[in-house]
Formats: sequence, structure tokens, C-alpha cells
Amino acid sequence: MELKVIGQEASGGGCSSSGCGGGSEQIAHLPDSIRDKIKDHPCFSEDAHHHFARMHVAVAPACNIQCHYCNRKYDCSNESRPGVVSELLGPDQAVKKVIAVAANIPQMTVLGIAGPGDPLANPERTFETFRQLTDKAPDIKLCVSTNGLSLPEHVDELCKHNIDHVTITINCIDPDVGAKIYPWIFWKNRRIKGRKAAEILIEQQQKGLEMLAKRGVLVKVNSVMIPGVNDQHLEEVSKVVKAKGAFLHNVMPLIAEAEHGTFYGIMGQRGPTHEELQELQDKCAGDMNMMRHCRQCRADAVGMLGEDRGDEFTMDKVEDMHIDYEAAMVKRAEYQQAALATLEAQRNHTGETFVSLASLIKPKKETRPVLMAVATTGGGVINQHFGHAREFLIYEASANDVRFIGHRKVDLYCSGGDTCGDAETVLQKIIRSLDGCEAVLCSKIGFEPWGQLEEAGIIPNGEHAMEPIEEAVAAVYAEMVANGLPDKGEEKTGLRMGA
Amino acid sequence: MAYEIIESCVNCWACEPVCPSKAIYEARPHFLIDAKKCTECDGDYADPQCVSICPIEGAILDPFGEWANPAGALTGIPPERMREAMAEIQAR
Repeated sequence: MELKVIGQEASGGGCSSSGCGGGSEQIAHLPDSIRDKIKDHPCFSEDAHHHFARMHVAVAPACNIQCHYCNRKYDCSNESRPGVVSELLGPDQAVKKVIAVAANIPQMTVLGIAGPGDPLANPERTFETFRQLTDKAPDIKLCVSTNGLSLPEHVDELCKHNIDHVTITINCIDPDVGAKIYPWIFWKNRRIKGRKAAEILIEQQQKGLEMLAKRGVLVKVNSVMIPGVNDQHLEEVSKVVKAKGAFLHNVMPLIAEAEHGTFYGIMGQRGPTHEELQELQDKCAGDMNMMRHCRQCRADAVGMLGEDRGDEFTMDKVEDMHIDYEAAMVKRAEYQQAALATLEAQRNHTGETFVSLASLIKPKKETRPVLMAVATTGGGVINQHFGHAREFLIYEASANDVRFIGHRKVDLYCSGGDTCGDAETVLQKIIRSLDGCEAVLCSKIGFEPWGQLEEAGIIPNGEHAMEPIEEAVAAVYAEMVANGLPDKGEEKTGLRMGA
Repeated sequence: MAYEIIESCVNCWACEPVCPSKAIYEARPHFLIDAKKCTECDGDYADPQCVSICPIEGAILDPFGEWANPAGALTGIPPERMREAMAEIQAR
């Protein structure tokens, strides 16, 4: 094996920037100790998210700040975004639910508390849940996600519970930017508004980040990209948080619709386009390990990233389940070992593919990169019918490598048609969500979508069913190059030219 | 005199732990303030704590029966813009 994807330089190194190491680039240059901690964490390792699942328990309802992209009134089972839950749980209920899910979904390695408010604004409920789980389910990794306002005062307690992953949402380090994102905070028994509020929040977030890093706790930073508000600022944020010890930066797009009732939604603030998000993620990648596979889960999500099996584990169902967790732990360990072995094999295998692909093509001139969409239910292989996909993973193939770019959700909020007078069909919506992609890889695809995809300039491809994603994407790219990949501009005017 | 939680409360729990008089309790359809226990935080804090952390405009009435957090005061959304947006959504 010539080109190792993982397990090379301990840190920094030539391969650390994008363009080397394919799907594993994001963690490839982290120190061994960190890689070991995150190798089976779906939220932190892009590779792992094909094989491992996570769950959130909604035990933390209260919040101590207001963000312009959040509305605490919202409580809908069809909505998928942070801050939204269907069922609030007490710590005892949450623990029961976690054990039931872990016993039934062996790939569930991680339990996070992320809301629906802020976990550290509900310290008793949050820490009681962690305490019980450390005791009863020691094989589950514990994580917490916070806005950071109360973080410094809880660092000691967090360390006590052996939580080795913390996510802080940091949208800015400049209070003038912050004043446009946070209308108020609750701080030292007062509601504080405007720039002063942002100043305090930023100070607490940065202090918390430094304290955690000093103690060796892994810190991921989440940032919401808000065009015209902090989009120009986030590159700087990325640099600063990395310098202070964050190991991963996750830039997420703003979700804002008027019907969410949020400030940004009502005021017509738009979210970033796919291209804008990717461009910013690429800019930040020079300074930081970037994360691109985040699905912005609900605070009660259950299952693989991008899926939600919460309905199978509502409290009334969980109450009726009788779980032998000792036995479950054995099964879980077996499953997880096998999954890690598969993952490792895929990593090595893909590494070889890159070498052979690059040597195979030997492009005379640089062939341009191509975006492709992939339908998968997990396992790192192409295994989903086009029509069943609720989201597509987006990969960029170039002459050098295949890299994961992000995901596109299929808009399921509205099914269009008769009920709401929406003229756009579901299929048209899906095709629009694939904007910029030139091929879509799936296990199977129907006749009608095939035709419409072709019309939209997207090549449907069902020839790589059950094959590892990156390998298949590389193969399709090689085929496109062999057939004469047209330049982007030429393609639009219909001209064809050999590569 | 006391503050009062009304039906627009979303049961987010934020107020319950910050009340110095333990006057707030979980109830359905929404949380309630025990008027006999509520001191309006007089003597404890400069501002009433429930009013200071509540994220929902109009969910708490002050002792005069007025919204303690008026429309637009917390979200920054001008009430007129909110009405327009709601009308637009309903017209769809």
C-alpha cells in the first residue's frame, strides 16, 4: 500500500491540508491520542459517521441566551434542526431511553446532551444524566454541546464526569458582530442586551475553550454561517479557536424560514448557498480541521447522522422494554469491533484507489473537479435507492483525490402537490437540491427521475451499488474524464471538448 | 402583588430554577406562579428573575396585568413586521 490515508504524520505535516487523504483528511493529521478517541465518533470523524450512530436526549430545556436563529416556541415532530424536540425527558427517563437505544442499535457509540435549551443552563438535569450513564453504561461516550456562557463555572464538574468531548457554538469573537446575532443573555441575575451581552458571552466562550483545552478535553467549535453578518468573520474565528486548542471546526449553514418564527426567519435573513458554505469551509480548512458532515440534528435525534429513529424509542415504548445491558454490551462490543475493522479496511482500500486512479489518468492538463451526489444508508457504501434518499452526500472528485464536501437534505417539510398548492414536485425539489452536481450515484433509480436528472445535466448512475463510496466516485470520475470532461462553461453552452 | 404566567408560556423551565422564592412550579398546560409566594424578587434582586430570563414575549404579566416583556422587546422583531410575516404565511 503506497498511500496511507490514515496513520501518517503525527501532526501538522505535508498531508494536513485538503487534497490529500480523501475522506480521512479531516482527521488524518491529528495526533494518535485524539484520533483514537474519535475513530468511532460519528460527529467528529467523517469516516466513522458511515458506521456509527449517535443519540441526543432532550433533558435540558432552559436556555440562558437568545440567538436570532432560534425560537423556543417551536415544537414539531417533522422539523429537523437544533433546538427542536417532541418530548422533554427527566434524567431517569433519559437514562432508560439511552439504554434501550444502545441495546437495540449496537452502532450507537455516542450520547450527547445538546438541549433543546443549553445543557449548562440546566446543570442538575444534565449532570444527573451523565452521572447515571457513566455508572450504568460505561461503554457509551458522553458529549455535551453548549453556547459557552456558563462553561467556565462548570469545567470542573464536566471533568468529573469524564466527558471528553465538548462542543461550543462560537459564531463570533467580535462583540459588534455578536450584537447582530444575540439580542440578550441572562447573566448574573440580569437580562443584558446588545453589544455588552455579546462581549460577556464571547469572553466566557473563549475562557471556557482555553480551560477545557488545558485539561485535555477535546473541544469542537460550531459556527453558524450567516451571510452579511459573520461570513467574513468566521475565517478569523477559525484561526483563533484553533490557536486556543479546538481540534475541529464545524461551519454550518444558517437555517432561517419565516415559518420558524425566528428573528432571522421573520426579517428575511437568508442562509448561505451550497457554494458559499463550501467556499468558506475551504477557506477555514487552511487553518483548521474542518468538519463537513454535520447534519444539524434535533436535540432528541436517534440513529445514524441524517436519520432519526426517535419514533421507535418514545418514552411509552421504552417503558415496556426490558433490557439486559450486560448482555447488550457484549453484543455492542462485537458489532463495534467489526465496524471498526470494516472502516479500517475501507480506509486502506481507498488509499490504494487514489494511487491507481492518479497513475491511470495521467492528465496532460489539469482536469477540473466534479461534484457528485451519493445515496447511502450508511456503511460507507452506495446502497440506497434514489427515491428513498432523504439526503445526499456530496463528494468532489478531481485528478488527485476524492473528498467529502457535505450533504444536501431533501426538502421533506412540504411534499408539494395538492395539499399546499406548491406547484414544484418533490422530484424537481430533489433535483434542485443537487444543484452543481454532475452525477448522482445510487443503488437503483426509477425511469422518471432518470430522465429528469439527465435533462438537468446530472448523470444518474446505478452501476456501483454496494461499492465503497469513494472508490465508486473515483471510478465514475475516471469514466467522465475518459469520455472527455467538458469545461464548466462549455458544458452550459452544449459544446463538447476532449480533456 | 405578584407576577403571573399565562398561556403563551412554552414550558421551557428557564424561570423555575432562578426564582428566589420557589414560587414557580411545573403545571399543565403551562407553568404557574404561586401568587402567595411571589415577592416580585423584592429584596433579593434588582429585577424580577422570571421576567429577566423568560424568552417569550407576553408569557408573564406584571402585577398591573401588563406584558412584562412586551412584543418585540426580546426578539427584536418589530411587532408590525411580525404581523406582516404571519399574514404572508397564512396567505400561502
